[in-house]
Amino acid sequence: MKSALDNFDKAFENRIRLQIMSVLVANENYDFNSLKELLSVTDGNLASHLKALEKEKYIIVHKSFLGRKPNTTYAATENGRKAFRMHLQALENLIKQQK
Amino acid sequence: MQDQDIYSELNSIRNLMERSAKFISLSGLSGILAGVYALVGACLAYYLVYGTTGGLDYGDHYVNEEAVVLQLFFIAIVVLVLSLSTGILLTVRKAKIKGEKVWNPSSKKLLVNMAIPLVTGGILILILLLRGYFGIIAPATLIFYGLALVAGSHYTFTDVKWLGIYEITLGLIAACLPGFGIFFWTIGFGVLHIIYGSIMHFRYDK
Repeated sequence: MKSALDNFDKAFENRIRLQIMSVLVANENYDFNSLKELLSVTDGNLASHLKALEKEKYIIVHKSFLGRKPNTTYAATENGRKAFRMHLQALENLIKQQK
Repeated sequence: MQDQDIYSELNSIRNLMERSAKFISLSGLSGILAGVYALVGACLAYYLVYGTTGGLDYGDHYVNEEAVVLQLFFIAIVVLVLSLSTGILLTVRKAKIKGEKVWNPSSKKLLVNMAIPLVTGGILILILLLRGYFGIIAPATLIFYGLALVAGSHYTFTDVKWLGIYEITLGLIAACLPGFGIFFWTIGFGVLHIIYGSIMHFRYDK
């Protein structure tokens, strides 16, 4: 029981962070507004979770302009993908152990 | 953490990965209707070309008169516009029911990826038409439409890829058998759409 939990990534303890990571792993990149609609969360909430993931170096931010509107897109880093895989593996192990 | 929690967590991850990467509000019903429009259009075209007396002796008839070509062109445009507007309308409705945005990153990618083969094919066909190669229409429309479906299928249901492959195959066969254009068109745009529309309707529209 204990050993499986060791692999759990603290950064993914929060559900929204894990959801953000799922989207970024499945897509090359994703912009802030689409992410907000997909997860139905508020601006502030999403921004703070994105900051946390950025701090872990799991995602990178790319800021640009679409015409005059700022357009911020996010992409998963190699580190982030690896961490996501490990976390899923840990979840899987936990299920196996309990069987 | 409970078993139940882990399963729901994994489920939500899987759902999000799929929903973010693929546009799943595409309506199957609109495929069926597009097929029906195509069948009606093909019947009209058939009578226009062969008259009411014509049997199944296609090969002898070739379309040359400009008036008839113009009328055929008109039918094709009407079928296309009707199919597209039905498709857009039903897809918007389905997206609303599912609470998904119609204009999202995956629908954008779907459209761009389909537009490239479609526009290329459309222009090529127009150029060949202007040079008098009427026989190219049926095979070329089927092939380029099939290529567009295969290209777009990465961003929506994978079944679309198979529909695309069947359309391409049909187009290639049509290219070998000039004179049977309307026949292959009817199968490709009519029958195949109805079959695939039904499959998608019963599998995903619920």
